[in-house]
Amino acid sequence: MSTTTVKASRLDFRSRGFDFVSFAFTSLTGLATLFILGVLAIIIANVVWHGWSTFSWRFLTGSADQDMFDVNKAGVLPMVIGTALRVLVMTVFVVPVGVITAVYLTEYAQSTALTTRIIRGAVNNLAGVPSIVFGLFGLGFFISFIGRGIDGGAPEPHWGKPAILWASLTLSVMTLPLVIVATEESLRAITPGLREASLALGATKLETIIKIVVPEALPGILTGGILAVGRAGGEVAPILFTGAAYYMRDLPHSLTDQFMDLGYHVFILSTQSPDIEKTRPILFATVLALLLLTLSLNLVAVIVRARVRKKMRAGH
Amino acid sequence: MAAISSSQVTLNTVKPTVGAGEPLITSEQVNLYYGTSHALKGISVTLGERHVTAFIGPSGCGKSTFLRCFNRMNDLIDSVRITGSIKIGGQDIYSKDVDVIELRKRIGMVFQKSNPFPKSIYENIAYGLKLHGMKAKSDLDSTVEQSLRGAALWEEVKDRLHTSAMGLSGGQQQRLCIARAIAIKPEILLMDEPASALDPIATAKIEELILELKKDFTIVIVTHNMQQAARISDYTAFFYLGELVEFDTTAKIFTNPSKRQTEDYVTGRFG
Amino acid sequence: MTNAPHTAKRTVGWMGIHRGHKARPAEWLAEKLIFLVSLTAILMVFLIFVFVAREALPLVFGQMNSAAARPVIPAKEMGKLKPDELRDYLALTPEEFKRLDKEALTALMEVREEEGKEAPKDKDATVNTTEWKYLFAPHEWSDSRPEDRYVWQPIGRIHKYNLWPLIIGSLKTTIVALLFSVPLALAAAIYVSQLCRPSLKEWLKPAIELLSGVPSVVLGFFGLMVMATFLQGVLGYQSRLNAFVAGIALGLAVIPVVFSIAEDALTSVPRSYTQAALALGASKWQAAWQIVLPAAAPGVFAAVVLGFGRAIGETMVVLMASGNASIMSFSLFDSTRSITATIAAELAEAVFGGHHYRMLFLIGAMLFIVTFLTNLAGDLIMHRLKGRLEGKAK
Repeated sequence: MSTTTVKASRLDFRSRGFDFVSFAFTSLTGLATLFILGVLAIIIANVVWHGWSTFSWRFLTGSADQDMFDVNKAGVLPMVIGTALRVLVMTVFVVPVGVITAVYLTEYAQSTALTTRIIRGAVNNLAGVPSIVFGLFGLGFFISFIGRGIDGGAPEPHWGKPAILWASLTLSVMTLPLVIVATEESLRAITPGLREASLALGATKLETIIKIVVPEALPGILTGGILAVGRAGGEVAPILFTGAAYYMRDLPHSLTDQFMDLGYHVFILSTQSPDIEKTRPILFATVLALLLLTLSLNLVAVIVRARVRKKMRAGH
Repeated sequence: MAAISSSQVTLNTVKPTVGAGEPLITSEQVNLYYGTSHALKGISVTLGERHVTAFIGPSGCGKSTFLRCFNRMNDLIDSVRITGSIKIGGQDIYSKDVDVIELRKRIGMVFQKSNPFPKSIYENIAYGLKLHGMKAKSDLDSTVEQSLRGAALWEEVKDRLHTSAMGLSGGQQQRLCIARAIAIKPEILLMDEPASALDPIATAKIEELILELKKDFTIVIVTHNMQQAARISDYTAFFYLGELVEFDTTAKIFTNPSKRQTEDYVTGRFG
Repeated sequence: MTNAPHTAKRTVGWMGIHRGHKARPAEWLAEKLIFLVSLTAILMVFLIFVFVAREALPLVFGQMNSAAARPVIPAKEMGKLKPDELRDYLALTPEEFKRLDKEALTALMEVREEEGKEAPKDKDATVNTTEWKYLFAPHEWSDSRPEDRYVWQPIGRIHKYNLWPLIIGSLKTTIVALLFSVPLALAAAIYVSQLCRPSLKEWLKPAIELLSGVPSVVLGFFGLMVMATFLQGVLGYQSRLNAFVAGIALGLAVIPVVFSIAEDALTSVPRSYTQAALALGASKWQAAWQIVLPAAAPGVFAAVVLGFGRAIGETMVVLMASGNASIMSFSLFDSTRSITATIAAELAEAVFGGHHYRMLFLIGAMLFIVTFLTNLAGDLIMHRLKGRLEGKAK
């Protein structure tokens, strides 16, 4: 029965020694993942821990008109309003342009055509332009070229100076790729059958897009908008020269006014505070406000996107 | 209408190899769940050594899923839960002391779509051998040649062993995958619709190869092509809706099945 | 057949079907408009380059002069100058020159003569520091130590614009950031895409990507207020804020970029490769390391390239955590200043249209070109990878 024993040993599936290399590297990569998440958790925990005591309703709704460095009086309402305004105005510009571009890329463009490749290249490139270069662009194009162009050499510039409008426009150029990519993803998630069904009923392509495709893609468009708002809400470099003010007594009245900004205020409090120890509580509370804004927006975007992707998997 | 009426089906006339047929794989009451859906329902079957067993049935019937239980590829899916037992060579492969890596090293698998690695032809075969600890260049060289000959591919590729496997035709790629699988000298060869993506000529070559390989290997093949099952297998199992409807010699299944469902399927009334 | 009521008028008939786009001008117009709007992205990339470069052009063509003292031509000799020479000498625009009569020009000449008398007379004062050689070549200034031959010091009597301290500063923080973030991000990408259970992946991926939702000003704040003190305590170096601290904080901004792209590249490798390797008895790690990673190598490389672009272009983190001293030093533990931080810190105080202002736009344009090229490279690599993997899958 020797053949049976040979066969039995060949068919023995018990472990032949421990694969240390695989175990070690799997653990290492797992630890790296854990480390990254740990750092994220530490940042959030640290900010919450130090900022919580100062972070109050009074702080959120208080103005900064008396002394923005006074722990007991300073509030962040003007900064919250400034940030909200510039982000809202930005959305008005970026969402239509982004959505239309995405519609063109998915519904009309031929993926191999040169124009399509150049548009895609430009979108990817725009996503990689340094934020400070957007700041220079805003100053050089929107303020110096367009703003001063409207003013036409008037002694007191009305348009040709930093303002909410210019900051928002600069940010909308910066966040354009985010909106395009998110919208495109959700447009592609729609089954071709839906389009074909509409076309077969005699609808034109445009009618199909407006009445069937875009409504179906709304969650994705929403994701793009939210991501753009979350990203732009925390950006400081592009608004340094295009609209953010160090200090303003009043809230902005029009789109040509400058504004105070949450992110820029974090920068001021961390680097230009007269007494860093005394203003530390306001600093942490301001960071907490900013983090709450951006992370909650990102979280919403992640959830909406997960649902879009699930739908896409189900659809195909 | 009698089941034999499908005259174009030529039955496998090759006699089972002498000495073959000892029970090798035994499954008892295997149930498999994807999350809440019950994909395999109480499958009990015994497959013999150095037999070719074909799993047939309409798509979604569980034949591929059952095949993947033998080398535990289903483990890769989170939501899968399996009950019952599968024994290979008398050993329960789902017991705790079984190392799934060791298991897979002894069971070869060929997939539906040919999937050579993006490496050279030589490296594709040498990869598995290196995993098994073969290091000497001369051993590798000779085993690579032997496996390519075994897969009837040697003559076609011997002059370009070190070019990318991606340059091969679909049929050649699939034979390379077979060569890769047999290079590690497995006890069992699992084939998941190995010819479904190929043209008739390439398919014929693969079938020829399978008949050749059964001298040395126990082969389990999933196919949706009934003629193919009839041509190459000794035994056939018919699956329907997650159940094993009938298991018998191929001749019996295709000429005189005992279940009505089997008859309907092999005569092409549904599926 | 259904019993749907036939309410539609049958006036169009089959004759109406042979009509081209002219039958629907609105549709045609809308299509063209959509196409035009979709060109915005191209237009913007183009405008960014044009309008950043435009402000720097006078410097590039040597039209700016930053010298504190310039050669003076006595007002009496005005008649000897050709109109063009005179205009250049008085630094007037053609329109301004046309508007001024001879008397006004003479007055300007006299003002210049007066200024010339008061101007410093040493050899540094006559140097136009905006010339290319002063931007890149070492120069010994009479008012600073001989070893300070590479100086960026735009404010002061002499405007020193040597770019090396800034370039070195940017590279130092970028290299630290990449050395810190790339191994971590790649390891995490391998773990998440290849090794962990799929159900865990659904949580890990968005969680790591949440890091990209932390604004860079917050990362800068974290580097400045928390990490700087912590790292100084552990490593015990001299200056609290330096290239190392800034680099680590910058790394946190780079991690999500490298992770997302690398994870995407690894996931785009067909599952069938992994399955084949596993069926041969490879462990998940062996399949990931020996099969998937080599197949996705170009994408992983692209991830690193794009991570570099992100790191060198990041502003707020470096501005806040690097200490901001433009010292020419190769030490990681010296206070340092990057190109981006320099623009952010100095543009507000630079005179509009002056040489300092234009110099900041010039380094901004250089930065744009560098990131443009890295993005283009990363994009091309990814495109080829996708094409290759899709072509192969057939």
